[in-house]
Amino acid sequence: MEVAPKIKQEVAKRHCLATRIWHWLNAFVATMLLMSGLMIFNAHPQLYWGDFGSREDYAWLQIDDTRTKGFVRIGNASFETTGVLGLSLDAKENVRRVAFPGWATIPTGYDLAAARRWHFAFAWVFALGLTAFMLISLVNGHIRKDLHVRRGEWSPRALWSDIKNHARLRFGDKYGTSHYNIMQKFSYIGVIFILFPLLILTGITMSPAMNAAWPWLLDIFGGRQSARSLHFIAAAMMTLFVVVHLIMVLLSGPINGIRSMITGRHVTTSKPEATGDLA
Amino acid sequence: MTVNRKLLRRRDLLRSATLGSSALILGGCDAMNENATFRSALRGAEKLNQLTHRTLADRATLAPEFALSDISPVFKTNGSLTGTSTEYLAHLQNNFADWRLRIDGMVANPINIGLDALRAMPARTQITRHDCVEGWSAIAQWQGTPLRLLLQQAQLSPRAKYIIFHCADNYGARPYYESIDLIDAFHPQTILAWAMNGETLPVKYGAPVRLRVERQLGYKHAKYVMRIEATDDLSKFHGGKGGYWEDVGDYEWYAGI
Repeated sequence: MEVAPKIKQEVAKRHCLATRIWHWLNAFVATMLLMSGLMIFNAHPQLYWGDFGSREDYAWLQIDDTRTKGFVRIGNASFETTGVLGLSLDAKENVRRVAFPGWATIPTGYDLAAARRWHFAFAWVFALGLTAFMLISLVNGHIRKDLHVRRGEWSPRALWSDIKNHARLRFGDKYGTSHYNIMQKFSYIGVIFILFPLLILTGITMSPAMNAAWPWLLDIFGGRQSARSLHFIAAAMMTLFVVVHLIMVLLSGPINGIRSMITGRHVTTSKPEATGDLA
Repeated sequence: MTVNRKLLRRRDLLRSATLGSSALILGGCDAMNENATFRSALRGAEKLNQLTHRTLADRATLAPEFALSDISPVFKTNGSLTGTSTEYLAHLQNNFADWRLRIDGMVANPINIGLDALRAMPARTQITRHDCVEGWSAIAQWQGTPLRLLLQQAQLSPRAKYIIFHCADNYGARPYYESIDLIDAFHPQTILAWAMNGETLPVKYGAPVRLRVERQLGYKHAKYVMRIEATDDLSKFHGGKGGYWEDVGDYEWYAGI
């Protein structure tokens, strides 16, 4: 039945100040880390598993060029990526034989020393920001109230209904609720408690001085080169998260979403009385 | 259709916003990168990293050591593959028979020591991982004389703060050199290696002796060491930043990451 019910608009408080500050700080810092990280990767565009790995050893991932073509090799599978990865043109149309093109790196040109300085300075902001956010969210109840997956949400029926809602581009806040839906909770928990700590710890594991201080990190990640591989994979997953996150913002009402992340206030439409069990 | 136009306008706006912001980020970052104040702010993190590492690890905490079975099948060569000074080339011809390592500067008892005398001193053998600043790693066994024994023998001045390694390899017109502080200089794993994987140190890996300073990156591990000098001020040497790559490439002097 398609009876237009009376819809009432309400303004609800959605994101607290700590969440908003951390969100925008992270948007900036993660971009700086990703782009300077890609420049660092360009210095040795190969990845290995285990303790050691160099041009003399087998790399499971390689982004390189044949002087005329750029390619990405993963295991035995090779893909031509001329123009973007391995071999690309810079702004002045010069051919550059680098893994990631200048538009994706900080600095634009090849400068390992500078990229390292950017990366290691912003890494502090990233790590301290995450720690502060976790502590504040624990104290102000953000984790318990908003991120905690409740028993009911674990039921296959609830999960399936959330998946169906996503497939129909119908998100949790369609009818009034300003709570996160299940998939949203999973992705935020995954990023905050798994992906970000993984990025920080695998990053620390690449430091020879920290290997002396905390040798257990090498045991956890299976050696320095494994940590380097995991660091790269985690960065790729973080990028994927950001892409999906931005798509979701666009699909679920970008103005309202962005406003709520800036002012904290979110406009909700109260749930019509007549409709059934939409969560 | 107004809706379509609105959508189009929104799309255009988004596109130009994306392109604009990416250009702004890149242009802005490159400009920031050239900015002296910003660069020195970033450099502050280097000090913070060094302080953190020195706080988290005791001055004698060892870098991880490995088993014989962990050694890289082929240890990648890099940097200079031979010393280049005339003096070095003459010693190389003579199989380093008359080569003498000089230890001087802020020491009470400067010494000249030959390769055989160096080998006769108590030695340390360690299987460690070599990490290049570029990102690759290789594992090898190193055998050599602990630097601290030589510094004790030379009676290091209490005013000395750094140890400088003068090398026989040149990059263009500049000689290679490196420096470390006294914490690393007296670290048990800091050795002047004269053997690698059980054999006399090959020329391409730094013969007759190279530095191993295991808690830092590869460029600190000076090859073809000819002279060791104690000092209290790095700014007096070459470019003033304490090492070839530090002077030329602006790499960090403290290379613990």
